Amino acid sequence: MPDPTPYPSPLEQGEPDKTFLDSNELILNMGPQHPATHGVLRVILKLDGEKVLGAECVIGYLHRGVEKIGENRTYAMFNPYVDRMDYVAAVSNGLGYCETVEKLLAVEAPPRANYIRVILTELNRLASHMLWLGTHALDIGAMTPLFYTFRDREEILKIFEKYCGARLTTHAFRIGGCLYETYDGFERDVKKFVDGVPAKIDEYEELLTSNRIWVERTKNVGKLGAADCKALGVTGPVLRASGVQWDVRKALPYAAYPDFDFEIPVGANGDTYDRYIVRMQEMRQSLRILRQAVEGIPEGPIMAKVPKVIKPPAGEIYHSIEAPKGELGYFIVSDGSTQPYRVRVRPPSFVNLQALDVMVRGQLVADVIAVIGTLDIVLGEVDR
Amino acid sequence: MPEETKSSPPPSAGQPKVPAREPVAGAPPSAAAEKSPAGATSEKPAGAAKPAGPLAEPWTSPLVAKLKARYGSGVCEAASDRGQAYLVLDRSITHEILGILCEEEEFDYCVDITAVHYPKREKPFDLVWILYSFPRNERLRVKTMIAEQESFPSSTSLWSGTNWLEREVYDMFGIRFDGHPDLRRILLPEDWRGHPLRKDYGIIEQDQEWVEAHLGIESGQ
Repeated sequence: MPDPTPYPSPLEQGEPDKTFLDSNELILNMGPQHPATHGVLRVILKLDGEKVLGAECVIGYLHRGVEKIGENRTYAMFNPYVDRMDYVAAVSNGLGYCETVEKLLAVEAPPRANYIRVILTELNRLASHMLWLGTHALDIGAMTPLFYTFRDREEILKIFEKYCGARLTTHAFRIGGCLYETYDGFERDVKKFVDGVPAKIDEYEELLTSNRIWVERTKNVGKLGAADCKALGVTGPVLRASGVQWDVRKALPYAAYPDFDFEIPVGANGDTYDRYIVRMQEMRQSLRILRQAVEGIPEGPIMAKVPKVIKPPAGEIYHSIEAPKGELGYFIVSDGSTQPYRVRVRPPSFVNLQALDVMVRGQLVADVIAVIGTLDIVLGEVDR
Repeated sequence: MPEETKSSPPPSAGQPKVPAREPVAGAPPSAAAEKSPAGATSEKPAGAAKPAGPLAEPWTSPLVAKLKARYGSGVCEAASDRGQAYLVLDRSITHEILGILCEEEEFDYCVDITAVHYPKREKPFDLVWILYSFPRNERLRVKTMIAEQESFPSSTSLWSGTNWLEREVYDMFGIRFDGHPDLRRILLPEDWRGHPLRKDYGIIEQDQEWVEAHLGIESGQ
């Protein structure tokens, strides 16, 4: 076996020793095995004492070539793979993919399927935000919210399990609608859950919103202005916390979202605290959508007429949805065969993570943890 | 196990596999649709009911008129496919038009940059920009064709968020972006050889030498 050559690091280029001596700069390697990087993210931090001068992300540790796999599977076979990108919001991934292929086929899912889709994706948004809150708070040093959020997230996963048999990588939807009809008592379960959550969100807020340590650790930390957000392509709660009232569900509605009455919470300062507040309010808005959806769920078929062998006419399509992390888009090129000619995933986590460098500059090294947490990234989606 | 994985020959480093299916550039989509790689079973009445002809229709708007008046035949195609507008531009003017779209036409959010590889075409790569305008609430796709080994001006000066997106296109397709501040591989290791999303790169192909040297195993499969 040949001698393993050292992995070339970008920081080895140039003259590191000279930099050290000249300006007291310190290079600190964080991750990839670090509990606060939420997976396998490696960040190379350039420090001056405790002050961060820059952060460079090294990603790709979880790269599985999802897009290449897509080109080598049929349209239906690729469907479960997309669940493995953002594995804490698998339902959203599946919704985006199924809707994109439906657009390519010029097929529309029936209204009942769209309602089921909205219910499950909104439940998933809650689950994703709960997981985010628990881990983000844990990173900053508040351990209790983690136990609370995991307790409540469990209820959502139980509903998923009862609906389709899986808790995380659900593969809940099919191209053209849903495979499974709702189980007996589905509406009751969702209603019971929705009625119980507001008190639980109050509980989280009681722990954090006016907690002095929490406020000190998050206010004015990792600020990102609206102009920067747009230039960087940042979407989701991070964009909204900077005061831009933009949500794909409202701007370019899909599924059954036009039927529901809900608001898009926005922040003002674009700091970590505002992003926290925006996500908490988003959870309450999701509950509003859920309540309307469960009450208004129409009867009817759950599957549109889709050929057994899916062969969309040649062409290209881009479609996106509002995933818990931001705009999740799929760009599919069809050559008229049974397999996509090209599948491109526009991952919100990947694009949002790019803002890390801008957000941590001038902050303290401890704030890097808070900023990584507030970006709400999932490395499975960043690396695909 | 999926059919296509079984049938694909084991990849060998020096011999790129040429894929069987590939739409011919410029040919009507119906010609591509008539191919049935799945075999005889795909001939079903449901398939015949689908529209076989091209779905794209010409797209007219003040923006297209403005660009056509300024650049004439450089705007190769302005069409709308399944309700989605797109522009196909000549390579020489694409960067300039992207600048106009960003600065004058309020397309202030570059959603995505990606590429598509058509190895049999004279200019084998499609570069695709997906743009969105917050004030207009409009999405637009811009495409251009570029040749093998040809580079393209970077858009990082227009939208700073395109930095990583261009790095990913470089990583996966080997398309270089001139003026990019930091054009390195992003998902694959820096000393990896080959660009996996090219069509001549097999699904289970890998940089054997890299795997042996860095992982100490004979194969990653």
